[in-house]
Amino acid sequence: MQCTVSTNSTPGTFGIMSALITDSVSGLYCSAGDFFVDPWQPVARAVITHAHGDHAHAGSEAYLCAAPCEPLLRRRFPDAAIQPVPFGEGIDLGGVRVSFHPAGHILGSAQVRLERGGEVWVVSGDYKRAPDPTCAPFEAVRCDTFITEATFALPIYTWDPAAGVIGEILEWWRANRAEGRASILFCYALGKAQRILAELRGRTDEGLLRGDAASAGQGRVLLHGAMAGFTDVYRASGVALAPAERVGEHARGRSLAGTLVLAPLSARGTPWLRRFPNPSIAFASGLMRVRGVRRQRAFDRGFVLSDHADWSALLGTIAETGASRVLVTHGWSDALARLLADRGLETGTLRTAFEGELGELAAVDPEGT
Amino acid sequence: MKRFAALYDAIDRTMSTNAKVAALAAYFRDAPPGDAAWATFFLTGRRLKRLIASASLRAWAQEIADIPEWLLGECYAAAGDFAEVVALLIDALPAHAREPDVPLAAWIHDRILPLAATDEAEQRARVTAWWRGLPRNERFLLNKLLTGEFRVGVAQTLVVRALAQAAQAEPTAIAARLMGDWTPTADWFSSLMAQAHTADPSRPYPFFLASPLEDPPETLGDRSEWLVEWKWDGIRAQLVRRAGEVWLWSRGEELITRRFPEIAAAATHVPDGTVLDGEVLAFGGGRPRPFSALQQRIGRQRQLAQIMRAVPVVFMAYDVMERDATDIRTRPLEERRAGLIAIVAHDGVLRVSEEVTAPSWDALSALRDESRARGVEGFMLKRRSSPYGVGRRRGDWWKWKIAPLTVDAVLIYAQPGNGRRASLLTDYTFGVWDGDTLVPVAKAYSGLSNAEIEELDRWIRRHTRERHGPVRAVDPVQVFELGFEAIAPSTRHRSGLAVRFPRMLHWRRDKPASEADTLETLKRMASLNRE
Repeated sequence: MQCTVSTNSTPGTFGIMSALITDSVSGLYCSAGDFFVDPWQPVARAVITHAHGDHAHAGSEAYLCAAPCEPLLRRRFPDAAIQPVPFGEGIDLGGVRVSFHPAGHILGSAQVRLERGGEVWVVSGDYKRAPDPTCAPFEAVRCDTFITEATFALPIYTWDPAAGVIGEILEWWRANRAEGRASILFCYALGKAQRILAELRGRTDEGLLRGDAASAGQGRVLLHGAMAGFTDVYRASGVALAPAERVGEHARGRSLAGTLVLAPLSARGTPWLRRFPNPSIAFASGLMRVRGVRRQRAFDRGFVLSDHADWSALLGTIAETGASRVLVTHGWSDALARLLADRGLETGTLRTAFEGELGELAAVDPEGT
Repeated sequence: MKRFAALYDAIDRTMSTNAKVAALAAYFRDAPPGDAAWATFFLTGRRLKRLIASASLRAWAQEIADIPEWLLGECYAAAGDFAEVVALLIDALPAHAREPDVPLAAWIHDRILPLAATDEAEQRARVTAWWRGLPRNERFLLNKLLTGEFRVGVAQTLVVRALAQAAQAEPTAIAARLMGDWTPTADWFSSLMAQAHTADPSRPYPFFLASPLEDPPETLGDRSEWLVEWKWDGIRAQLVRRAGEVWLWSRGEELITRRFPEIAAAATHVPDGTVLDGEVLAFGGGRPRPFSALQQRIGRQRQLAQIMRAVPVVFMAYDVMERDATDIRTRPLEERRAGLIAIVAHDGVLRVSEEVTAPSWDALSALRDESRARGVEGFMLKRRSSPYGVGRRRGDWWKWKIAPLTVDAVLIYAQPGNGRRASLLTDYTFGVWDGDTLVPVAKAYSGLSNAEIEELDRWIRRHTRERHGPVRAVDPVQVFELGFEAIAPSTRHRSGLAVRFPRMLHWRRDKPASEADTLETLKRMASLNRE
């Protein structure tokens, strides 16, 4: 059976009797424990899967998150009451046992497990199964009901291993350096940028990052200012990243030739970009899997590097949880729910307040969701 | 195929024209001539006869990827291109051992063309095996070649420039040699590069194209420096009379001689060694007939005699590029025109496009208002001293078209575009009022900026009333000013009207839907237009 819960609907129970989590105007709500998961309005108690803007909203009275997520959340909400909980450790909220389990999406990203009276629900948040040097790997958690993301839930979305993609990025950078061009790589400011830096660190054998005489000033990696803060948090959390400095305020022209610059998509089309000599423009996102999307957005290059699960990872994960009921949110949720329903699972879709549906992905980068 | 796929990627990956030309030129220099010949064939927009229906590829991919048909449809909605969807789907399957590379020409001759002689089961077996053995980009290209849908984001003029660079030849010489009938063989390509002097008698010249006049005509200076003709609404064509034969070429470089036998017959009276530029035009009762009449002649190869009687045509000649077997394109238009009048009569199937003699820009402007009634699109303005150039070069030839017909219509349906517009809703259907219902009258795809497309896309998603497959019915709120070239009664359309070349001129945010135009208004325009 399939049920649909739409935006701004009155509190819904997905048509499920005695649901542990219901859908409310403020987001996912657990009435037994009186808390919300990733609410999009201020509430009394917010349990947070990860620090991306559409999951962690400001203004709640108290936040609960996985321990490695705390410094990121603290950076976004300096004065908030935040209680970190180590991965795997259970705490009791009104008779509901709540614990965090690694989701592999970005630093500190977690699935939230809820248990009451022998029934287990897991809210996946965003997740991926591919290895990522910046965060703990996804841990499959057995449950009765699994609330999964579906950002890239179509069979055309299959990710190549990151090592190969990083190799393509290095090759693109090398070709641009040879022509004295700057390489501007747009990517999400929290998560993707640091993952790229961590992957690059593993490639110092390329001789790109040493800044030796032959390539003086050429192999530098620079960061847009909007990324520097989160990057500092990663370093302070002990994640090993390639050296990267902020783009200097007055740097322009030839001093920036040959650099690799990580920047958020919002910097595109701003005067900031004009300081770079003849830049080659690329975008690192799962969206870049589709040629038409890359061309419509007029990027020179698209690198398919995603922090979300691809099609087979979604199906594999759902099977691993052993869940008999799967609720789907984000992206291509209709398609995934329909396929699971055809396979005999109880399913439903659930829309967030921030996203009509995936068609709008062309305008935003879903990597930061 | 590896080298060709790398070329495709290089072109696809840059927005820079120079980089595209450099990649093409390097390919033409380095690739084996047989491969380069086929690459030229595809890059200049030529196609193999479709060997395999796109539907078959989809069905095979769906079977081997083991997904339901509706899910394949969802994938298409995301990617907008089935060749790509199929190429991406195969990625999810366990990889086969990579095959050694087979050159492009061998792919065509030894693998792709022989498919025509095999049955569907054998085609399926071969194609799916190729998919499994090829890397993704080559798989994608293979699908494009098989379905005859190969397209690449590079203008023909750039391909010509690149070939000219590789051959160290003049672009005009390359363009001329690419125009005619040729077969993509290693010998042909080698001779193209060597600029062999064996002339092909059928070969037309590259067309000289006019630019739209955007400023008032007074900005062109003295009226007397300009030759003015009516702008005909037919098919631009070049008539080549050499070696005792006649060839009629369309601007799409298609040989159309056989579709217009009366023109070919009339041309046998033109002296040998002549090339004329002009317009194939449906013509009856002493006046031009609408383009829609000519379309009946284009589509139909059978029952030619019958349709020839129903839709007579003329070749309206307006220039001569070759006289007495001499290329006179660099001579001034005035001189060429005198030559034209000496060759071609003022009536008959082959006739001169008459000069419009109104003495001032003002007088022309007044006359131009009669365009629609005369069945023409406005004026052509040509500098009397101008040579016959190549391609669209601004300055000497202008088209001064009449303003399009306009109507304010309401957006009622939207659906996703294709290719690079996939995942954005860019195909719109507009309606006008018939009583209190909106009747669809036009589909339009062009005219909005990228920013407007994205804004409208977001609006549509929030204001979808119903969905029928990919088509969304939206709240009837947004009004657009549509422009189109012509409007005619039609029995095939629900509104009873057919519009020609509709496009969006303005997003009328100021106008409520209730003030959009009515079907009655459009019908009135159609009856006026018929006059």
